[in-house]
Amino acid sequence: MKRLGFILQKEFRQIFRDRTILAMMFMLPIIQMVILPLAANFEVKNINVAFVDHDHSTYSRRLMDKIASSGYFRIVGYEQGYREALYLVEKNEADVILEIPQGFERNLVREGSQQVNMTVDAINGTKSSIGGGYLTAVLGDFNSSLDVITRMPQNTADLKAPPIEVTWSDWFNPRKEYKYYMVPGILVLLLTMIGGFITALNIVKEKEIGTIEQINVTPIKKWQFILGKLIPFWIVGMIVFTVGLTVMYVVYGIFPKGSIAVLYLFGAVYLVALLGFGLLISTFSDTQLQAMFVAFFFMMIFTLMSGFFTSIDSMPPWARQISVLTPVTHFIAVVRLIVLKGSGLEHVRMELYYLIGFALLLNGLAIYNYRKTS
Amino acid sequence: MPAVSLQHISKTYNKGTVKAVNSVSFDVNKGELFGLIGPDGAGKTTIFRILTTVLLPDQGEATVEGLDVVKDFKTIRRKVGYMPGKFSLYQDLTVSENLTFFATIFKTSIKENYDLIKDIYDQIKPFSDRPAGKLSGGMKQKLALCCALIHKPDVLFLDEPTTGVDAVSRKEFWEMLQRLKQQGISILVSTPYMDEASLCDRIALIQNGNILSVDTPQNIISNFPAPLYAAKAKNFYQLLKDFRSDPAVESCYAFGEYLHLTFKDAGNCDQLMQQLRDKYQPAEFEYKKTVPTIEDSFIRLMQQTIP
Repeated sequence: MKRLGFILQKEFRQIFRDRTILAMMFMLPIIQMVILPLAANFEVKNINVAFVDHDHSTYSRRLMDKIASSGYFRIVGYEQGYREALYLVEKNEADVILEIPQGFERNLVREGSQQVNMTVDAINGTKSSIGGGYLTAVLGDFNSSLDVITRMPQNTADLKAPPIEVTWSDWFNPRKEYKYYMVPGILVLLLTMIGGFITALNIVKEKEIGTIEQINVTPIKKWQFILGKLIPFWIVGMIVFTVGLTVMYVVYGIFPKGSIAVLYLFGAVYLVALLGFGLLISTFSDTQLQAMFVAFFFMMIFTLMSGFFTSIDSMPPWARQISVLTPVTHFIAVVRLIVLKGSGLEHVRMELYYLIGFALLLNGLAIYNYRKTS
Repeated sequence: MPAVSLQHISKTYNKGTVKAVNSVSFDVNKGELFGLIGPDGAGKTTIFRILTTVLLPDQGEATVEGLDVVKDFKTIRRKVGYMPGKFSLYQDLTVSENLTFFATIFKTSIKENYDLIKDIYDQIKPFSDRPAGKLSGGMKQKLALCCALIHKPDVLFLDEPTTGVDAVSRKEFWEMLQRLKQQGISILVSTPYMDEASLCDRIALIQNGNILSVDTPQNIISNFPAPLYAAKAKNFYQLLKDFRSDPAVESCYAFGEYLHLTFKDAGNCDQLMQQLRDKYQPAEFEYKKTVPTIEDSFIRLMQQTIP
């Protein structure tokens, strides 16, 4: 036990001596959490729209004014014809074309209906679908506020079926702000990096430089060596987690609605699982470069499949299976539940079992493999 | 009981395709400075790794201080000091931190065995706050030796300790080994330098995983069977070609600025040498009878085993 103490002492000394890694470990959470949620945003703004107005009427101008003043659109051109507008799309200057046909105002007033043509550039999938949706919403709004309709005699309205109006409120993130969704996820990714990457690299470094050769010919036992590597990074991980939570509160004003103790419990178990993952990688790799690539490969999959960016529910069934099999998924879900929804331990018990399972499995595999190789 | 004993140790790599060590047997006596002499790739490091319990032999048995390297590896690790050929200390820790670390994991302290490392440690003491990675090659070796000695081992394994070290440091290093020997530590050292062989009590010559000979350096030299001649001429390469093709010459190879050669008929060598001179008439020719060195013995033994 005393020997483990000396090993830990040595490990911490080395960690604190490497200024670059130290700075990375503690600056990373702050920088990532400040920059990413502000820059990466699913809200689509600045949709470039080109108008083709064949009507030149009061109504058509009013429609265009309404679109321009909504704040989501940027008018890039008033074109003479559809062909010219399409040219703007080809040049990648316009995302949406709205073509208002001749007789727009007349038909609206006389017939009470008129079709317009909307053309959306679908190369950027998110932007086109959301932009198209916004434009449709603006058109619908314009439609209902038209004075030809509002000025209709009241008694005629009775003849129509009463319309069902849909209204909604968003729970747990009332203003649908992106940061509430993003920030807890980034917190999880940070722990993943510390646990998975740095541990793997650190162990492989001993192999690469050859120090493990000298260590092997000492009475240091394998479990002492492994624990000597895992404990420091577990502690570093918990500190980074704390720094992350602090940044979350100070910068974004997000304070966990649920129990902080439960959050830390999950963080602790999750780190053990990820440290096992790092250890497993290190048993396969001989050089830091190899370990880096293997870790990076899994980190990409973990991140993309974890529900960090896209909803797991909208994945195809096979992808959902993979998603369940990555530890990141469970931790991201739990952090969001606890931080935003205020879930208690009894609600997220299943996820805890998953994480404990991962911790046992990954560490078990790593230790088994570690024994085999030497 | 010998300090180290190997019996028919064999080890192959890459699923048996590369034979690193082939049925090697030798003993190192207690308190002996034993040299394992051979070129790069001869299998020296493999033998070291087997003896220090980090590698399992495929066949054969080996003991260190009477302990089996496979079964009693835990006890052996407490009793031996190992200095790998590649510098294997923590480059980002300072000299004193490295030494303290290796002392503590052996449950001892620098103070306790200070007398053992004093001579060596005094030389690196001025740099004790410098990271080990920033030391010169000779200093690194001294630190590594200190770390291998700090727990007062019974047997010291030094794998090519003088490779890549300057001539002065090499000499100092061997003087240190002599002093350690006087303290009763058995030392097994490997080196590719033949001139260092004479500094050992006994040596084993090794080539391609096979032991060629195990004896004292003096015996190995005196067992050289034939008179050895050194010769040189203005056109060195022509002389080498002529002598090699001559039927009277048994072996001929370049050795520094001279050719070393032996004759098939060891009886009247002086006469044969004269005949060679008359036959080829080399310009600026001179020759002399010379004393064989370990290297001559090594080359001879090597040629005998590889027909």
